[in-house]
Amino acid sequence: MTKERNQHTGFVSCHRPFVYLAKTERVFELYSVVKGASYFIAHAPDMVVNNGTTQTTQRKADPYAEYLTQLEKSLRSYEDCVAYLPNQVYIGNMTPEELEGYALPWYEQKALGAQRKGKYGEIMPEDEFIGMMKICDVFDLVKLEAGFSASVKEKLGQHTLIDASQLQVFDKPSEEAELRKLIDKEHAEPIYYLGKIVGCIKAAHDIDESLSAHVIFENIVSKASCVLSILHLMDKTDVDKDEIAYVIECSEEACGDMNQRGGGNFAKAAAEIAGLTNATGCDVRGFCAGPTHALLQAASLVKAGLFKYVVVAAGGSTAKLGMNGKDHVKKGLPVLEDCVAGFAILVGENDGISPEINTDILGRHTVGTGSSPQAVISSLTAAALEKAGLKLTDVDKYSVEMQNPDITKPAGAGNVPEANYKMIGALAAMRGDIQKAELADFVKKHGMVGWAPTQGHIPSGVPYMGFARQDILDGKISRAMFIGKGSLFLGRMTNLFDGVSFVLQQNSGKGQAEAVSEETVKKLIAQSLKDFAGHLLQE
Amino acid sequence: MKEFTEEFGAENIVIVLGAAEGEAAGLAAETVTAGDPTFAGPLAGVQLGLRVYHVCEPEIKDEVDPQVYEEQISMMEMVLDIDDIIKEMTSIREQYCKYN
Repeated sequence: MTKERNQHTGFVSCHRPFVYLAKTERVFELYSVVKGASYFIAHAPDMVVNNGTTQTTQRKADPYAEYLTQLEKSLRSYEDCVAYLPNQVYIGNMTPEELEGYALPWYEQKALGAQRKGKYGEIMPEDEFIGMMKICDVFDLVKLEAGFSASVKEKLGQHTLIDASQLQVFDKPSEEAELRKLIDKEHAEPIYYLGKIVGCIKAAHDIDESLSAHVIFENIVSKASCVLSILHLMDKTDVDKDEIAYVIECSEEACGDMNQRGGGNFAKAAAEIAGLTNATGCDVRGFCAGPTHALLQAASLVKAGLFKYVVVAAGGSTAKLGMNGKDHVKKGLPVLEDCVAGFAILVGENDGISPEINTDILGRHTVGTGSSPQAVISSLTAAALEKAGLKLTDVDKYSVEMQNPDITKPAGAGNVPEANYKMIGALAAMRGDIQKAELADFVKKHGMVGWAPTQGHIPSGVPYMGFARQDILDGKISRAMFIGKGSLFLGRMTNLFDGVSFVLQQNSGKGQAEAVSEETVKKLIAQSLKDFAGHLLQE
Repeated sequence: MKEFTEEFGAENIVIVLGAAEGEAAGLAAETVTAGDPTFAGPLAGVQLGLRVYHVCEPEIKDEVDPQVYEEQISMMEMVLDIDDIIKEMTSIREQYCKYN
């Protein structure tokens, strides 16, 4: 704090009042924390068949392709989806370390005592999820037939996170003839369950492709999975819904009309259904790196004192369902990409306990970084850590693209997390942080097996947030690095790649110590006035 | 590549690959020598027979400024199974390359 003598009065004055300074500096000095995380999966086999782009493009190219015939025989039951080991990890019923104890392939094994609900979320059956799509539709675009409506109303009525008032949407079902007309004549997208049409999604405009039934379908699925992720987050943290001031949505969908195709705002739309009455928000995009960018922004908004609590959330993608289905079917595997996934993370003011997002250790792949793997991984790990005086070995766990290798390996894409860990390890060896012979140990010690559904932004760094928070609170680790990478070139606006990273660390405890009581504030003010009076006397 | 080959002549072209493992490198090498093994795209059934190397093979490594190689490639060299890549690439060149 600078002091200067007033030219007219001769008094020494401070630029800012003491109390203001104390409050804001406390906020600026302390990092934001992660208060909780939630993870959601909707089992969606009918959407694999009818909405995944691998399947829809195949159907356009050759509707009689053998793949399409084989596909339906390769779909998993809901029970198998729940019992799938990586899915149990995703919702928090198993840890990544426990998953490591199971040899690949995981699809041939079942989790003992697998449950629909987990520590961090749930795995919802497709019919209930379709019901949630109806609940999330505020423009009467989702139409469901009577029998299906009644059935999902009853099922969702049992769901602890769904309010009874939200079930009224099922009281006006559609006649079969109406559905048929909408699908046959008005370009509505059918909704299937167990291979039968149970409803449809109407086009929201006659001509506007941005509001076509196809786009609305994708967006409502994304919104519904985002809403359920937020509901689970609020259920599993001790912060009241009314305290959420801002929501950042970071999926890879775009909502808008033909005049503003990616206008947004999924965040506020999801917040509305999830009952976050006092929140506003916006969407952040960055391909698969979106969640990491969004977390940095949330952490900054909270650290700067704009908001006490910010939710970062994303729903999943119908387009990516069955993306590697051809390889899976060809090799006799079940179609493992049958899950629409979502997550939500609560970032809050430092409470002195929860792990901190260290925004001073930032990895950034910049325009000038270059595209060689070495340049990319260095910019996101070593370069950031070095500035903070840390070695690559000082990070206990790296959360990279946590893609499930059970899905990617049979598709010829290798073991994505392992490849990342090998690169970080090789970098550590080059920098002298480890010996070259220790590379395999580095991968084992600082890495994890992948468990997340291959939905682009979903596996990108964030799947470990819930476990990392717990591992840090339990004292198992003290520092984890979250790395998000994005393939920007897919959008054809640049050839560049992207990535950002940050460190989650054990709370310094300062937040608790400085969470000053009213009495302490009074004492501080009194001391300040006393000091000020002392200055006056000295004048 | 087909266009470049037509423009500059197949004998003047060298393909440098950066694939992360032997099988993928071999598939790419096969595509520019014997033709696309998946019979898809413009090189399906087109036998260009081009010279093709992986960036970690000594033939290419020795041509690169060691400092640049250290900065750009050395980390991946540590991660990749170089012997497997060389074995795969050599096999493809011996079978299909027309210019060695």
